[in-house]
Amino acid sequence: MNYLATVLMLAIATALINNMVFHFFVGCCPFIGVSRKLDMAFGMGAAVTFVVSIAALLSWTFTYFILAPGAPLTTWLWRLLRPGSTAVVDLSILNYLVYIFVIAWAVQLVEMYVRKFFPALYKAFGVFLPLITTNCVILFTCLEIMKHVGPVPGSVPDPWGLDKALIYALFAGIGFLLAIVIMAGLREELEHCDVPASLRGPGITLVIAGILALAFLGFTGMDSSLARRLVPTAAPAAAPSAASAERPS
Amino acid sequence: MDRHLPTPAERFIRGILPENPVLRQVLGICPTLAVTNTMEGAITMAGAVLFVLTCANVLVSLLRPLLKPHLRILVFTLTIATFVTIADRFLAAYMYDMSKQLGPYIPLIIVNCIIIARCEVCGSKQSVPAAFLDAVGQSLGFALALGAIATVREVLGFGTWFGRWLGIRLLPATLSDRVWAPWTVMILPPGAFLTLALLLGAVNWAGARLQKAEVSR
Repeated sequence: MNYLATVLMLAIATALINNMVFHFFVGCCPFIGVSRKLDMAFGMGAAVTFVVSIAALLSWTFTYFILAPGAPLTTWLWRLLRPGSTAVVDLSILNYLVYIFVIAWAVQLVEMYVRKFFPALYKAFGVFLPLITTNCVILFTCLEIMKHVGPVPGSVPDPWGLDKALIYALFAGIGFLLAIVIMAGLREELEHCDVPASLRGPGITLVIAGILALAFLGFTGMDSSLARRLVPTAAPAAAPSAASAERPS
Repeated sequence: MDRHLPTPAERFIRGILPENPVLRQVLGICPTLAVTNTMEGAITMAGAVLFVLTCANVLVSLLRPLLKPHLRILVFTLTIATFVTIADRFLAAYMYDMSKQLGPYIPLIIVNCIIIARCEVCGSKQSVPAAFLDAVGQSLGFALALGAIATVREVLGFGTWFGRWLGIRLLPATLSDRVWAPWTVMILPPGAFLTLALLLGAVNWAGARLQKAEVSR
């Protein structure tokens, strides 16, 4: 399959089919808390998209070169300290600590940069920028990338390069942006409705989220049907094997 | 200093229902929705949160005199991340299937709002016994909410309750589809959102009724 088709399928699968909010339930706290106004929701979504891309870049680099089993940098250092050792150096127990540190650092960096160079944008983001540190979307994306990083060939089933990791992160952020903007648009209309007193606030938001999740279920299977369309034109020679691999059971 | 703050026993009681983390404060929604399609997943998740929250809250309470205001969130997060790594490795070693099923939601405890909120509200302000009881109370409240949602979802979605551990089957599997068929939607994401929404509505409704009864009395 050619590169563009791969990218397109990864994008659709991440943003629509496996939408962060409606499929994995990550980022539900801001999804419920910050979806009252459309402009705030858009700001939050944009900030998350931005931070998640930077965090993905950093976490992929750290995982590939330092943390993963057999990572080049740590292996080189270990060989330097213990010449002749053939042990596989594995620092993956530090993954979570490093990721959360990287995320906190990235948020801090983005905050400082935006405050210095885009004061208007900084004012629009307000308190949401520091809050992004504890946004599940970002850690979830880092963890998902972690599963696809293996410097030693064959150590993970589907290894991603930095390009794929960045595309995944970007579209994970865009999926979140899409979800929170749809929800904010609906909630602005909802202010004119007569909601039962006990469901006001989070209750009705979750009911709407349930219906939206049902709608997003409609995207299921879109990637495999797209693959069948894309594969024969893109790479005729590889078509039979790829088609048989894509067909669900 | 502790005059304005609740006593340890109050902290414990409040966590279970009056300040239930999920049903009253609407925190920690991600794991609540994600792991509650089976009772086993919900209980394992609640156990992991109990361990992490208790350890983190007690440790933060011990570190209280050393905390600097501008660095405290970072200290909380790193403390939590350490205990989550322990819980995650433990589950991967002794409950491999469960660890596979819960997947990324165990590491996601790091950014669970409940734990950071408890460290901020209680751990960084009160002594060790209060922090400990607060953590246990909040975790029991979390387990209660998760158990309630998982019961609805597993019974309606699979017809079982603790199906994999105890093998309890509440709704027969052999009935024809015309009598009762499993509601697959309850296992899928929409079922999670709707169950939690209705549970929140019910809790709010009951709370309002109780308040009204108290006022009229």
